[in-house]
Amino acid sequence: MVVLIRSALLLLLVGCSSAPEPKDWLYQQLGAETGVTRLVDGLLVEIEQDPQIVQHFADTDIPRFRKLLIEQLCELSGGPCRYSGATMQESHTGFQITQADFDNLVDHLIKVMTAQQVPVGAQNRLLAKLAPMYKDVVYR
Amino acid sequence: MKKPLLSTALLLCSLNVAAAGSKVLATGGATSIEGAAGGGIVPWAVINGYGSSGQWSVTGYASQVGVDDFTLNSKGIGLSYDNKYELSFGRQELKLDTMGGELNQQIIGLKYKIAGELLYSAMPQISVGLQLKKQLDFAIPAAVGARHDSGTDIYVAASKVWFDALWGRNILLNATVRGTKGQQTGLLGFGTVSNDDYQWVSEFSAVMLLNPQWAVGAEFKQKPNELAFAREDHWRDVFVAWFANKHLSLVAGHVDLGSIATFEHQTGYYLALESTWSF
Ligand code: HEM
Repeated sequence: MVVLIRSALLLLLVGCSSAPEPKDWLYQQLGAETGVTRLVDGLLVEIEQDPQIVQHFADTDIPRFRKLLIEQLCELSGGPCRYSGATMQESHTGFQITQADFDNLVDHLIKVMTAQQVPVGAQNRLLAKLAPMYKDVVYR
Repeated sequence: MKKPLLSTALLLCSLNVAAAGSKVLATGGATSIEGAAGGGIVPWAVINGYGSSGQWSVTGYASQVGVDDFTLNSKGIGLSYDNKYELSFGRQELKLDTMGGELNQQIIGLKYKIAGELLYSAMPQISVGLQLKKQLDFAIPAAVGARHDSGTDIYVAASKVWFDALWGRNILLNATVRGTKGQQTGLLGFGTVSNDDYQWVSEFSAVMLLNPQWAVGAEFKQKPNELAFAREDHWRDVFVAWFANKHLSLVAGHVDLGSIATFEHQTGYYLALESTWSF
């Protein structure tokens, strides 16, 4: 019986690997709800410890920012969420965010994802979705 | 020789927080044999070091190419500012292992980023550059038909990283177009008795970033073929690069330099060590 279940599971695995990728593939790779939440919390710790970028958040409502970032990463990765915040351009205008600030945040994100053992392919998929936002975030 | 190198490497590894610069790991590239940030033999649009906007970066490098009948030692320093301006001072020493003797060349390099962002824009990052080269042992190049002991290379380079491009990995592609009068990059002088025009050549690099620290790649460098006494071939290499942190990287490769000064099938190794500091 155990052998039967095992081979059934194996068949299922083989079948899945050739099936089209599910819409929430990235979300699952990031660890779904818990994973994305941990990712954002890890990022908040990194931001807090980074003297270069923390100053931008001096007047920010952090719990709100946290909630919105979780929503955004969840939606972006194909998870069951709806981002309810402002557009990237609206929310970053007036902060004079520089390229160095943006680079730092990317660095922190890679560090946190690596620490949480997000596979490299999934890390890169998320970066691919975030990188084009650069023009809406910096020097505004 | 080996011991101080190793302890320097260990020291650098342990200092990965201080003066690191903001640019993402590996995006400063390696340093080419001519001193410009790039691959091993191709200057890229990338600016050396990890200095991002408003930051400075200093880079020191040393590399060795060993092929059947020659050894090329290159070393130098690079300076960059704002992830936009790059200045480099390089020194090359080509040892003629079989013939005896050596040829030295110094190279002052300038690079300026004119558009795009390597990681963040749909358009590639584009830079223009100059390499002011001076051949310091002109007797041999003159004897085989070279016209000048100095020359200026000009180039435009385009580099871009595509995230999640192949098997979930990031890919960097670079294409460079260069105008040069140099024979064997200038080590055999500039221009010939019969032709003193600029030659236009293309150079390419393709790199796969396996993870944030490791990369593998291949390069092709088209070369002019102007000296009558010997054929000059295009150059190729494949390499593995390891970015220990934002202060230390190592590159090891295999090179195929073709025919050099009548010595055929020059293949061998490429090794490069680089250290960078940003402020
Ligand atoms: C692709 C990269 C980025 C993403 C996806 C992102 C995402 C977000 C989100 C979802 C919000 C909340 C929007 C809202 O309030 O409606 C936000 C706000 C903010 N972001 Fe970003 N951000 C990015 C890059 C950066 C960078 C590089 C900085 C500077 C270090 C930065 C600084 C801020 C600040 C200061 C706020 C708060 C604005 C306020 O207090 O009203 N962001 N960001």
